[in-house]
Amino acid sequence: MGERIAAVYRQESRRVFASLVRLLGDLDLAEEALHDAFVAAARQWPRDGEPGNPRAWLVSAGRFKAIDRLRRRARLDAVVGELAVQPDTPDPSASEEETVADDQLRLIYVCCHPALSPDAQVALTLREVCGLTTEAIAAAFLTGAPTLAQRIVRAKARIRQARIPFEAPEPADLAARLATVLHVIYLVFNEGYSASSGEVLARPDLAAEAIRLGRLLCSLTPEPEAKGLLALLLLHDSRRAARTSAQGDLVLLDDQDRALWDRSQIAEGAALVTEALSSGPAGPYALQAAIAAVHADAADPAATDWAEIVGLYDALARVRPSAVVELNRAVAVAMRDGPQAGLVLVDAILSRGDLRDYHLAHAARADLCRRLGRKAQARASYERALSLARQAPERRYLQRRLDELAA
Amino acid sequence: MKYRCLIYFDEARHRALTPEAHVELTRACLAYDDELREAGRFITASPLRPVQTAATVRVTDGQVSATDGPFAETKEQLGGFIMIRARDLNEAIAVAAKIPVGWLGCVEVRPLPEAWPPDLERGEEANAAAMPG
Repeated sequence: MGERIAAVYRQESRRVFASLVRLLGDLDLAEEALHDAFVAAARQWPRDGEPGNPRAWLVSAGRFKAIDRLRRRARLDAVVGELAVQPDTPDPSASEEETVADDQLRLIYVCCHPALSPDAQVALTLREVCGLTTEAIAAAFLTGAPTLAQRIVRAKARIRQARIPFEAPEPADLAARLATVLHVIYLVFNEGYSASSGEVLARPDLAAEAIRLGRLLCSLTPEPEAKGLLALLLLHDSRRAARTSAQGDLVLLDDQDRALWDRSQIAEGAALVTEALSSGPAGPYALQAAIAAVHADAADPAATDWAEIVGLYDALARVRPSAVVELNRAVAVAMRDGPQAGLVLVDAILSRGDLRDYHLAHAARADLCRRLGRKAQARASYERALSLARQAPERRYLQRRLDELAA
Repeated sequence: MKYRCLIYFDEARHRALTPEAHVELTRACLAYDDELREAGRFITASPLRPVQTAATVRVTDGQVSATDGPFAETKEQLGGFIMIRARDLNEAIAVAAKIPVGWLGCVEVRPLPEAWPPDLERGEEANAAAMPG
């Protein structure tokens, strides 16, 4: 029975928690209630047998225990009164599955509320929605557990003080609020896929967690951009095994062994891209995913449809204009029309000053100069990129290029 | 009457011990625990993990705040000790925030090593359990 309860905990605890947050209106109260519910289950299930609907039992037990606790802390009488009159059964018009899904979605929106800093949104989402421990999140972000704990305490205090409601956003705010949620998931993935600093290139646990979040979001909402984001994550993650050499060095897309790409992730990602693009105007995540899908489709680098990629970057620059998108477009143009055409565009971006401190802009320029045989310019740009790069494998890559030029 | 012996020492000096000296010290500590146990004096004992793993919880006007490290003011003396089970540091902080007497000052929440005592016979690093994550 102990093992059975542990299995129910793994499977249901986050959903039970989300429902308790709705019923109790407070994250800490819900966490305490969740703990109490499982303690009650460990006592009662071995004696009385497992209930027919463990999740509903746990929600009900947790809510009951919370009210009981609040009664004992008699100073919160008003809150108790409010909770006690709430109906125990959810809205009869919605099925139980729907209610649980809505509860999870509400919780995601609260954790990703724009009143919280991006760091806090990420930490809170990983802990409250994914159920990671403070210590695990801290380890993944190379932060001390006390620092991360402090961030979470502050975020919860902010939610309480700002009276952020445990509700999905109003239709008028939905697009902006969804964008924040997608961005949080993207940040989690990026930290896992391309750790911002340190010796190791990728920390796959966070990437896997982000993909799980993406899947969860797709199961909760029909938004095409949720599909677009999940597709993007899957397509990037499909290259994970090919991105680093046995020595832990960065392997660029062109040099990757495409046999190492995960075909099932590519197939799933490509299908999601098609779905996302066929349901209304293409959003930025769906477009980025479409670009990744074109790469995934090419049997070797020479077979890449660069004209298609340039077209997708044009579309992306229209919906989300940015200097980084322009830079990527310039690299794609260089592949379609030759390095000279790309270099003109990269130099135009750099001369505007937008990406002066972005190591990848200088690395791209260096690469184009190298292909044009302009060794001195290539060397200067690689050196500039090296002075800006923070990640050890990226730095080693740039140093290798510099050494090759000197040879 | 029950007493809690809170042991203070310079962590840097503790870290500087050779592995052999560390094992020897650990053996001595465990032997002393056994001696006290036989004498009927022993309740529970455990080393605390290093001070940088600590968080300090303070409740002011009902607002919970948590800061890094052991930031108890020097005029505050260690006045009590509760060992709890919690899922993670934030759950422990939530529990600590409700300790009534803690509202007089602050509560330092410090994780304990996963396994204690270590199995010295199996040649486990005696200090591995006491090192942070």
